[in-house]
Amino acid sequence: MSQPPALRVEGLHKSFGRLEVLRGIDLVVADHEVVCLIGASGSGKSTLLRCIDLLEPLDAGRVVVEGTEITAIGVRVDEVRRRIGIVFQAFNLFPHMRVLDNVTLAPRKVLRVRAPEAERRALELLERFGLADKAREFPDRLSGGQQQRVAIVRALAMQPQLMLLDEITSALDPELVAEVLNVIRELAAAGMTMVIATHEMGFARDIANRVCFLDGGRILEEGPPEQLFGAPREERTRQFLQRIVEAGRL
Amino acid sequence: MSGDLAQGVPPLGDPLRGDRSSRLLGGGSGRSALRTNLIALGSAVVVFGALGLVIVNAPNWPAVQQAFFDGQVLADSLPELAQAFVVNIQLFLIAELLILPLALVVAVLRLLPGPAFFPARLFAVVYADLFRAVPGILVIALLGFGMPALGIPGIPSDPFIWGVIALVLLYSAYVSEVYRAGIQSVHPSQEAAARSLGLSRLQALRYVVIPQAVRRVIPPLLNDFIGLQKDTALVSVIGVVEVFRQAQIDEAATFNFTPYVGAALIFVVITVPLARFTDWLVARDRRRQLATAT
Repeated sequence: MSQPPALRVEGLHKSFGRLEVLRGIDLVVADHEVVCLIGASGSGKSTLLRCIDLLEPLDAGRVVVEGTEITAIGVRVDEVRRRIGIVFQAFNLFPHMRVLDNVTLAPRKVLRVRAPEAERRALELLERFGLADKAREFPDRLSGGQQQRVAIVRALAMQPQLMLLDEITSALDPELVAEVLNVIRELAAAGMTMVIATHEMGFARDIANRVCFLDGGRILEEGPPEQLFGAPREERTRQFLQRIVEAGRL
Repeated sequence: MSGDLAQGVPPLGDPLRGDRSSRLLGGGSGRSALRTNLIALGSAVVVFGALGLVIVNAPNWPAVQQAFFDGQVLADSLPELAQAFVVNIQLFLIAELLILPLALVVAVLRLLPGPAFFPARLFAVVYADLFRAVPGILVIALLGFGMPALGIPGIPSDPFIWGVIALVLLYSAYVSEVYRAGIQSVHPSQEAAARSLGLSRLQALRYVVIPQAVRRVIPPLLNDFIGLQKDTALVSVIGVVEVFRQAQIDEAATFNFTPYVGAALIFVVITVPLARFTDWLVARDRRRQLATAT
């Protein structure tokens, strides 16, 4: 291989107390690839994303981003996180800052971009995602969908090489889901490398190059969406998808 | 807490709106408000009037009135007392300006993670425990009499300075705990969001956690400063002539306790508005929370 993959996870284990949430995850994501993680609540999707961003310490295993092992001793964690963007289920915008300041905080304080330049770039991004008129508002004046789009813009402002999306539509009213998913479609079309934990199976089928089914802390089955949704090999995958279909979500 | 003293009839309308605590008289609006206010007023006149009658008709009232409520003595001593109170205000303002940043440093020290910062955490815990355990008057006496007595060159002997230092040490211990509670009340997801953007732990504290924490603890902070304002009188024990010591001097000159009442009145006049303001802030925050928690 000439170029290292965007992300390589090897033998990742993670426990919370006596509960082993991840039991050996191996995952390789190529540049510009979109990988969706599906599975029941508690299967470890969110924990996996948080471990990749080093928001949770790993018990065992390695995470390699663009050929650099970020779990190695002596790696500066803050520098690693600049290159990885993560968007959370609960938005986690900073409620005491206006939208524009939410977006420019990290570029100003971490990348030392000067304020006028940071604001110009932030306004460009907000404009691109239809949020320019919200730049001076505080987050609590925005709808859930708008807040989540701001959170995406905030992560993009750091120009990450990899985006991790953690069930970003699960906290939204149904009619607000589409506007957020459209932003992600646009990012995928622009070639952003993404790992997406989601319960939106239709969206996963549309957007993913590859879908991973997590069960009991392992990737039980992975493959292209047509195969995984159309002809799953594993009985557990079939059962999971069956329940989704019965719930009317696929 | 002290919002609904005279609340007789609960307001009509929506009992779940939660704005009752801000209504001292317990009224609503319109005609029913007038009626409620009249009842509240009448009830106050009857209760306090009866109390006053009982006191004034007590057998020893003339003696008490002469010893504590002598109008002439009050008029004579008030100007001096007011002048001495300027010292209390100086003590209070200087101490407060030092307490606000110092207490924040102590609170942050206590929250630093990892084994390397164990000494910092230990220092913060011991400091806060110690200065909350020892009575203020003892700390003031120990520092005010003890430090100058050491005779170390360069150490100030001015009791005013030691009074300020003692108040700062005492109240920073309390205020650091208020800050700490505020910092811990900010959800960890806020720090995670900041860290995920590449901010260091200190940057996350500085730009994301502490601004939110301080906003939340402004009412309890003000409460502590009401306490500080009153405790400036303790500094009199090391010889600072502030309002309490001035009242003592006047009392010794007139053989009358009215100057103490005068000093108390000055504290009331200054402190009560601050207490009202704190209540108002709490009520406003409550309304905002109710408005956004839909």
